Amino acid sequence: MTGTVVRKLTHLQALESEAIHVMREVAAELERPVLLFSGGKDSIVLLRLAEKAFRPARFPFPLMHVDTGHNFPEVIEYRDRRVAELSERLVVASVQESIDSGRVVEESGPRASRNRLQTTTLLDAIEEHGFDAAFGGARRDEERARAKERIMSFRDDFGTWDPRRQRPELWNLYNGRIRRGEHVRVFPLSNWTELDVWQYIAEERLEVPNIYFAHEREVFRRDGMLYATSDHVELMDGEEPFTASVRYRTVGDMSCTGAVESGAADLETVVDEIAATRITERGETRADDRVSEAAMEDRKVAGYF
Amino acid sequence: MDLLRLATAGSVDDGKSTLIGRLLYDAKAILADQLEHVEEVSRRRGSDVPDLALLTDGLRAEREQGITIDVAYRYFATPSRKFILADTPGHVQYTRNMVTGASTADLAIVLVDARHGVVEQTRRHAFLAALLGIRHVVLAVNKMDLVDWKPETFDAIVADFGAVTARLGMTDVTAIPMSALLGDNVVERSVNLPWYDGPALLEHLEGVEVCQDAELDGARFPVQYVIRDPATDYRGYAGQVAGGVLRVGDEVSVLPGGRTTTVAGIDVFEGELVAAPAGLSVTVRLADDIDVARGDLLVAGAPVVATRELEAEICWMAEAPLRTGGRYALKHTTSTVRAVVDGVFDRLDVATLAAVPGPAAALALNDIARVRLRVSRELAVDPYAVNRATGAFILVDEASNETVGAGMVLAPAA
Repeated sequence: MTGTVVRKLTHLQALESEAIHVMREVAAELERPVLLFSGGKDSIVLLRLAEKAFRPARFPFPLMHVDTGHNFPEVIEYRDRRVAELSERLVVASVQESIDSGRVVEESGPRASRNRLQTTTLLDAIEEHGFDAAFGGARRDEERARAKERIMSFRDDFGTWDPRRQRPELWNLYNGRIRRGEHVRVFPLSNWTELDVWQYIAEERLEVPNIYFAHEREVFRRDGMLYATSDHVELMDGEEPFTASVRYRTVGDMSCTGAVESGAADLETVVDEIAATRITERGETRADDRVSEAAMEDRKVAGYF
Repeated sequence: MDLLRLATAGSVDDGKSTLIGRLLYDAKAILADQLEHVEEVSRRRGSDVPDLALLTDGLRAEREQGITIDVAYRYFATPSRKFILADTPGHVQYTRNMVTGASTADLAIVLVDARHGVVEQTRRHAFLAALLGIRHVVLAVNKMDLVDWKPETFDAIVADFGAVTARLGMTDVTAIPMSALLGDNVVERSVNLPWYDGPALLEHLEGVEVCQDAELDGARFPVQYVIRDPATDYRGYAGQVAGGVLRVGDEVSVLPGGRTTTVAGIDVFEGELVAAPAGLSVTVRLADDIDVARGDLLVAGAPVVATRELEAEICWMAEAPLRTGGRYALKHTTSTVRAVVDGVFDRLDVATLAAVPGPAAALALNDIARVRLRVSRELAVDPYAVNRATGAFILVDEASNETVGAGMVLAPAA
């Protein structure tokens, strides 16, 4: 790229520069930021953006994973490898520890999920470490409540979001002023779509966990979605495991993240598949959004990602 | 592929939701499960027709009340361009939300119901687009089917609107007759409007040449963050080019203060650039070892004005009124200073667009007025009309931490 002349920004350059700007604002204006890293595609992009924003120096914040204990092992393995490559610091906040210490109560039954429990673990960790800003990989195209959220989004001292009292967000002038005990959630990928994320991953040649590519897996069908069989999921009557070629569009808990049937085995075919899809990623793969019409808004109000 | 940011303002009555729904649907940006959801909720509420407003009205309160309150962002793309659409409410009580949505837009779509022509709301939307420095306007004359597709009706509305935009100094206005409900001239050209030989809306959006402030002669670079790496003895000034094109070898002044130095290098993660246009985030190395910090502005070419007194137009965004003598934190580029409001003049009646001349003691929510401010530290500004990024600021209440005002710098006070 030496001696390159950039004349007009492509859409990915514009989105990238906006996200870098957001990250640097937070690093400059807040005292103890943290970057939430799950090993999923969106937070993988966040890590590359942090490299672009702060190298050759180290990141001015640690990374944090809220570990439900029900993650795909491939993703945990990827997480640790990526953190080691970057020589950055990872904090792991454990939902299992929140359960063991009595902060939350594990759900039971075949539809049990640790999805909701993460909120407590996340808020406890933010408080324990004194974080005043948390970068997340959420995008506005994912879900209708997220479409309304600010890039820099205020959380009160209970960690809650008030969608009706959001600060106006004008130009690229972010207001990150908070009092002790409050924090901001920051979403540098707000204006990215799922396709932008994949195009960026392809352009940057970023490694992603292999469960994003087509592979053979033992699955079962529930509510029209395919779930992996695992120790974390109890089968119900009539649910018969079978083997299929699948890939994941999102990476969450094994208990609430569905797979899609796919033959897309590399980045190029994944990009093609996403460009042609007729179903949203959360609609196709996330049971947690199907609870009610405003499931995401309700969880976000409580302090969810 | 490039990026176009646009804003729409309007209410359900103008057919705004139908227009956006049509645009997104025909551009295949509404996916099957989203449409199913909208159809299901619409049915539950006793409507046979899917209420496309449910796509953008994402909050519980909006869906319950059937109104758009907050800005919603929607995304769609064609093979040549990606679009970010800020969908904002149209009513006067949501002026601040419109201002927010318009602040990042390059193009505004102003919707008119062909049966009613240019009304108070149309003038207000055009005014806000002009105030926020949006250079490209599309006048969408909707519901042409309800006026029998008559060219005379369209021509009369275009003439009325032309008088408004001429007064506002807007030069790039494209008028398109359409029926969002029937899909005429939204994505597909209309067969019902043989007398119209211009493009359909999406065609226009794909082709419009966006003129940005990048054409500024010179460059503006607010220092955002200092990157130091002791291991490699690296020191660079990170930021996003805020106007013009910054080049290696440029002589730059550092404001405030006015010391000069030379751009020794422009770094990005991949390597070095010889030039960086407006909008690009980079890290700049300077030839001389001088004191440069966050909040400083590097300036090449056309000089800026460094001042402690500003005249600006502001849109007030808080329930608590702005009062003469009030003190606020003011954030301009990467610089935050204290500001005191010395005077308020020429409040604008946003409903009628008539100026209310003379000093006012206070401004209420959604008021727009010309004010004079004094700031605690010299700011390097351009008039907003010349360069948005170095002419814009926000006011923050230091007690509540709320963002309470949006400001656009006018010519500096003498």
